[in-house]
Amino acid sequence: MAVAAEERLHVERKKPRPLSTNSAIAHAVKDLDVDVVAAYPITPQTTVVEKIAEFIADGELEAEMVHVESEHSALSATVAAALTGARAFTATASQGLELMHEILHIASGLRTPIVMSVAMRALSAPISIWNDHSDVMNARDSGWIIFFVSSAQEAYDTVIQGYRIAEDSDVLLPVMVAYDGYVMSHTMEPVVTEDRDSVLAYAPKRPFPYKLDPEKPVTLGALADPDWYYEIKYQIVEAMRRALDKAREADEEFGKRFGRKYGLVECYMCEGAKSLIVAASSYAATLKAVLPRAWEEGLKVGLLRLRLYRPFPEDLIVDALSNVDSVLVIDRAISYGAPYQGPLANEFSGLILKHGLGVNLVSVVAGIGQRRMVDDDFLKLAKLAWEARTVRKPETIFYGVRK
Amino acid sequence: MSSEGSLPAYYEIPPGGAIPEPGSSLKYKTGSWRVLRPVINQDKCVRCRLCWVYCPDAAILELDEEYVTSKGRRYKITYKVNYDYCKGCGVCARECPVNAIEMVPEPIGGEE
Repeated sequence: MAVAAEERLHVERKKPRPLSTNSAIAHAVKDLDVDVVAAYPITPQTTVVEKIAEFIADGELEAEMVHVESEHSALSATVAAALTGARAFTATASQGLELMHEILHIASGLRTPIVMSVAMRALSAPISIWNDHSDVMNARDSGWIIFFVSSAQEAYDTVIQGYRIAEDSDVLLPVMVAYDGYVMSHTMEPVVTEDRDSVLAYAPKRPFPYKLDPEKPVTLGALADPDWYYEIKYQIVEAMRRALDKAREADEEFGKRFGRKYGLVECYMCEGAKSLIVAASSYAATLKAVLPRAWEEGLKVGLLRLRLYRPFPEDLIVDALSNVDSVLVIDRAISYGAPYQGPLANEFSGLILKHGLGVNLVSVVAGIGQRRMVDDDFLKLAKLAWEARTVRKPETIFYGVRK
Repeated sequence: MSSEGSLPAYYEIPPGGAIPEPGSSLKYKTGSWRVLRPVINQDKCVRCRLCWVYCPDAAILELDEEYVTSKGRRYKITYKVNYDYCKGCGVCARECPVNAIEMVPEPIGGEE
């Protein structure tokens, strides 16, 4: 009888509830027993920290909520809190992430184990509150571990995985969990949440090893002259390298404990595919719905979903590219004036050269400022990818712009 | 360019350059930054302590050394500059109410 009751409880616990990605992230923060949250409102992130404020007000989470005057201060407070040994969190988007930019480098330079969610949004000017990936792409070289997630469930799970990775003493790097603003941030999906004990057993709090403590004084953020600076920045190079294995391990262990895992990249309909489309976040989810139609039309096109972006899971991506003749990379940001004008396409171009892969690359910029992309558009991209097996398309295609 | 052998490798430095030992700034002799050095005229100095208060590097020393001026005035303390840490900012000379501190160029070649 006891077993039956336990099973029933288990089933009940695993029952999904409808949550937006923003709410799912707030639930993850609660279930991780985060100690300090610093927040400044910015669309479309705001409901993340609103929901966390509710949890604190309702006594479901015992945490310090720091109301700051800007995102620059929000991240500064989050970094400082983590350096005292607290588990700290903040959330942002768009202009907020840009205003944080100098603290992004300070967070990684000081090796601060924090997690931040980013509801990706276009950048001003002109003002757009809608989605693209310009904000995160502008932050990619700041020494942060960066995940792109594709569902509310994955956002919940990845914030939890993020703390396990960030706080690992072999890593000690900040983690960004990025997802599409509006398309995901404000869309309800079924999400399973876990109980706090299980979450903390998976991601136990491991405070910063040189935390600020009056009983044991340390200096953090001292001046590093030319004899010292280079080594301290090189530490991040090595920590990033180690983070790749730690991220893999964190995902595997998450799968064992909670029954959900994602891989560092995901290859969908790759078996027998002759061409791949590289996409992240919600576009990957849409492509999963569209690609079966492409195959019906004889286009053997698979999806390579980029989940972990930094560190770049190079080996897995090279493996996937080894079996195809062409790859189409969708960028939702513009690298103005670059050889390929999508930042991801430039990285794939480098990868193809580095590994001597005989793959034709197509660079597509799409969805800038959330320009509408529906199923038929993705089907057209699948056709482009397929054609590129035999026809080189060297110039970046600005899909959907009025010319 | 390379400091191999004399300085620690990247993995020997605590993460992020954390310094786990308090007071280590004493090892960093910032006096080498100085272009002008403050020189205190002990006869003019009225022992007001303002230079000691203003110095951002605690490089003004207040010593229990007796000093008798040329006019016969006897002081129980003497102010001296710790040239190991004085960066030569000149705030002491600027704030001295009796102009007893002169900023003198360091000798070319940087000898102390």
